[in-house]
Amino acid sequence: MLKRIILACAGLPFMATLAHAEGGIDQAISDAVAPIVNPIVNTIFYSVPVFGTQFPLIVAWLVVAAVVFTVYFGFIQFRGFGHSISLVKGDYLDPNDAGEVTPFQALATALSGTVGLGNIAGVGVAVYLGGPGATFWMILAGLLGMASKFTECILGVHYRNVYEDGTVSGGPMYYLSKGLSEKGQATLGKFLAIFFSICCIGGALGGGNMFQANQSYAQISSIIPFFEGKGWLFGLIMAALVGVVIIGGIKSIAKVTEKIVPGMAILYVGAALVIIGMNFSEIPDAVAAIFTGAFAPTAVAGGVVGALIQGFKRAAFSNEAGIGSASIAHSAVQTKHPVTEGYVALLEPFIDTVVICTMTSLVIIITGSWVPDSGVTGIALTSKAFEANFSWFGYILAIAAVLFAFSTMISWSYYGLKAWTYMFGEGKAKEITFKLIFCIFVVIGASMSLGPVIDFSDAMIFAMGIANIIGLYMLMPKVKALLADYREKLASGEIKKMK
Amino acid sequence: MSDILIVGVHNPAHVSRTVDFAVSQAKKSGAELHFVQVIEWSPYSFHTAEELAERHKRRDQEIERALAIVKPIADKVNASGGTATCEVRHGHAGEILCEIAKNKKATQIVIGRTGSSSLTQRLLGGLAITLAQISPVPLTIVP
Repeated sequence: MLKRIILACAGLPFMATLAHAEGGIDQAISDAVAPIVNPIVNTIFYSVPVFGTQFPLIVAWLVVAAVVFTVYFGFIQFRGFGHSISLVKGDYLDPNDAGEVTPFQALATALSGTVGLGNIAGVGVAVYLGGPGATFWMILAGLLGMASKFTECILGVHYRNVYEDGTVSGGPMYYLSKGLSEKGQATLGKFLAIFFSICCIGGALGGGNMFQANQSYAQISSIIPFFEGKGWLFGLIMAALVGVVIIGGIKSIAKVTEKIVPGMAILYVGAALVIIGMNFSEIPDAVAAIFTGAFAPTAVAGGVVGALIQGFKRAAFSNEAGIGSASIAHSAVQTKHPVTEGYVALLEPFIDTVVICTMTSLVIIITGSWVPDSGVTGIALTSKAFEANFSWFGYILAIAAVLFAFSTMISWSYYGLKAWTYMFGEGKAKEITFKLIFCIFVVIGASMSLGPVIDFSDAMIFAMGIANIIGLYMLMPKVKALLADYREKLASGEIKKMK
Repeated sequence: MSDILIVGVHNPAHVSRTVDFAVSQAKKSGAELHFVQVIEWSPYSFHTAEELAERHKRRDQEIERALAIVKPIADKVNASGGTATCEVRHGHAGEILCEIAKNKKATQIVIGRTGSSSLTQRLLGGLAITLAQISPVPLTIVP
């Protein structure tokens, strides 16, 4: 294994040098792949014009599914919210299971994969294009998405594979193949599982890797001039850090990151709260702007529908509800009752979108940073809003963006790996192969401006939602049966609070 | 019913001195010994997804390794005519030792001094300081 790592490390500088030395290589690759990938990207993000705004159908697909699951499970995200908190607090933890993965840990790990650039940059885009009213629709989409996460995470645990050595593999590819097979749709299940796995690998290498490396490099080079034009060097450093964690098994870096990332998230939300507190008198106006903007927006392309589309779009991009990724992370939890993971998972869109995205949005609105048609959008808008009160916050934001990107990469390396092993089988050699490819793509992502490739890989993440939601529709009666059984056990006292 | 001494097998470097002391105390008073090894673990720590997937396997391995330390100690005491039991738990060592002491209605907790001078221990206090503050029964720290 050491040899493989050394070989990989030796290969990375070569690739980076190649990318750096031949300035035109980015363009050459882009030109070569664009004719193939652009039609696929355009298909996945196929948009229809609605009141002057382009509405991607994949977003409608995700939001409609969230509405269906919300109604089908009787507004579980509201009725079960208290139980979710109770589970995360550990009220139902059996002391004899101490040392196993707890619901809190599963939630934190899944969140580290979703809390990221979407919460910082994505909200900036939503408010810029959709106005303050986009916040309302973003919150609504976040609340609806909770039901999608609930459904997919229960299925992930129920249909996971538990191997003899105690390790587990789960996620949509397993429930699509096993669950649909139970319903006499084995061929369709297998097809959807493979389709999902291909998209998941593409998404892991692209949206979960290259996109993250690319965006964090952009942030770092904006505050550290040394890195300007040295994307390859930044990529090498990131690849080395990712490599020692996922290949070298150096847990200490992951542990530090996993401690810093929640810290950064708390710092981010804390700073937002302080800014909101400092502008306390502006809150009623901001809330009024959100509601007015949601139903009667001005200066927004597409009016109400424009605000709605931007809000829905950014919420779906940020919390990944219906994509199936969280299901892979939650499948690892050793629980006797799959339904508990559903309850825990429904908190993710709430924290990611309803809390963190709303904070970002409020800061942008309260500080008056949103200026229609000013061209200040995305992370620049968010940064401007925070810097209005704390001039140094730009640096914190850049560091947060890199750390969020790093933790997202670690999470997606695992999601991609599980899809890879589903397709090619379990085994150390196969795992190492994927992990090496993953590290190489970090360098590529940071050092090249491969627009079409990144667009394609980002589209892959959303394509995961196509197969996943078809499976969720077909398997939701199974989830309902599991939920009824769980509720019965709760009522009978078979499952009871331990403290 | 004889007295029970809870012996925390926390620092392998001090195991023999702690065990010798506990055994001599048990012989004098006819007490039973209960050896406990606590694997430090928090339900609120953060892990990568891969660590979560391997957690069950790792937990089994951790318990196996810890039992390989405490079980021979208990067996040796039993073989020499004493009465000893053992267990391995995950959690916060101080809290677990106190909980076991309460549940078993023990008369004393015996631990070895860890001797760590790390900054964290100095600032937050190690096992000995924690137990000195929260132990429900008399505590002996073997130097």
